[in-house]
Amino acid sequence: MPSQIISAASSSPASAPEAPSRAAAAATPAAWRIWADRLAPACSFIVLICVWEAACRLFAIPSFLLPAPSAIVVAGFNVSVSQWLSNIGATLRVALMGYVAAIVVSIPLAVALVSSRFLSRTLYPMIVIVQSTPIVAVAPIIVVTLGASDLPRVVITFLITFFPIVVSTVTGLMATPEELIELSRSLRAGRVREMLHIRLPFAVPFIFSALKISTTLAVIGAVVAEFVAAEHGLGFFIMFSTSFFKIPQAFAGLAVLVALSLVLFRLCSLAQRWFVPWSLPKSER
Amino acid sequence: MAFAASSPGGAAVSELPHVIRFANVEQTFGRDDGAAVTALDDVTFDIGRHEFLAVLGPSGCGKSTLLRLIAGLIFPTRGIVSIYDLAVTEPRDEIGIVFQRPTLLPWFDVLGNVTFPLRHKYGRVSAADKARARDLLALVGLSDFASKRIDELSGGMQQRVAIARALLLDPDILLMDEPFSALDALTRDEMGFELLRIWSERPKTVLFITHSIPEAILLADRIIVMTPRPGRVREVIDVNLQRPRSIATLSEPTFNALANHIRGQLFTRISA
Repeated sequence: MPSQIISAASSSPASAPEAPSRAAAAATPAAWRIWADRLAPACSFIVLICVWEAACRLFAIPSFLLPAPSAIVVAGFNVSVSQWLSNIGATLRVALMGYVAAIVVSIPLAVALVSSRFLSRTLYPMIVIVQSTPIVAVAPIIVVTLGASDLPRVVITFLITFFPIVVSTVTGLMATPEELIELSRSLRAGRVREMLHIRLPFAVPFIFSALKISTTLAVIGAVVAEFVAAEHGLGFFIMFSTSFFKIPQAFAGLAVLVALSLVLFRLCSLAQRWFVPWSLPKSER
Repeated sequence: MAFAASSPGGAAVSELPHVIRFANVEQTFGRDDGAAVTALDDVTFDIGRHEFLAVLGPSGCGKSTLLRLIAGLIFPTRGIVSIYDLAVTEPRDEIGIVFQRPTLLPWFDVLGNVTFPLRHKYGRVSAADKARARDLLALVGLSDFASKRIDELSGGMQQRVAIARALLLDPDILLMDEPFSALDALTRDEMGFELLRIWSERPKTVLFITHSIPEAILLADRIIVMTPRPGRVREVIDVNLQRPRSIATLSEPTFNALANHIRGQLFTRISA
């Protein structure tokens, strides 16, 4: 026994000096490290652009194969601001309408699926079938059926967007600790309060991860719809540009599209931080 | 023997009127594959008023099933579970539950968590309720933490909040399902003494489920030792240790004798 104690006591100081110094380094890193960490994404992006520009000039790649970044910027400025705004507006309108429709339908649907075994047995297979259908292939049919307005585009966006929200919300509603459900039952609070006070709040982190993914899906949905049938919007703009071999202009449209997706994603993250900060991990608050 | 031990099913003598009574309770659960599992088999015992009863046994002996039967969350296959001589047919107001995990709500602060049962049951919390919740926080030693977020508290503090939450509706009966088993050993000992202090200030009938022999002896008036698969009462043991109990209690000869006796009971069950 004594020998064990001695060996335990002697072994711990041997590893001790290293651990605190490492912890201190992690807690107070040098200033340049903080800046390197912050600037790393921007730096890597700038390097990529530079390599791209250099490759295009060095190898004299024709602009219809791969336009240089400078050519894309020039093409972007050749398009009038009003034209940009109308295209962005059209895509944004369709994406947001489809997105909001998906939220409005998905969350109550998820609540229904969790609340009733009958509903989950009957509705879930249908939802999976809808999700398994390639929406891109169905899009032309939807356009024919629903005619030439925003409606078919919103429906297509909705169909692409709603599934992740349903699945995540269901997962979140089911992830509630069993003890809290028992606490609720022991208080005889009723199923409605159980859902509103316990299950739904517990699902908020899950719902928000789905909402963030769905912002980008909504933009994809709107663009897919515009590829099939549209007379404005960024998807239409890209199609239109490529059909006239204005490849740099198509790339400019693509860049705006990416920026739009990023802004929507960021807004969704900010909304989570403002309204439900507790749902974020401590490090992200 | 230095302590009284009554046989299973026999009358456990208690001079206090009983609050909770199990009479020949059998509990079987249907499994998904169609087979039935017997969780409890012919369980009979009483719990007296303001008695601290510990239920001790290995996992799979139906300890948690006992608790859920009293809480009215499940109902016995055979036999009767009664509170104040009324068969349990639904969850009742005189019960507070503390679970193994604190399971607090991260979107409320500490005070919001303590008042949650009222908000959940009636939809509103009055100023008087909040004052009562603050008293309870003082009782569990968290006066200064009312407006703290849940993730700012340690595991032991979170379990104190859970105890305050269970006491909010001033229940006569406190059901505790291994409440300290997720805590580290030092915090666990401290919480045991804290619970005894709270219990002496607010006397309750306590059913305390544990798989720790020292914890059961330190806290309880009586210990029910259970055997697993199916869960049966092996022995009911009176703990004749002076109250209030302290760290000195741990070194009393009776304490060790009891611990050794229970260990013998639990580890010889296969040959017995």
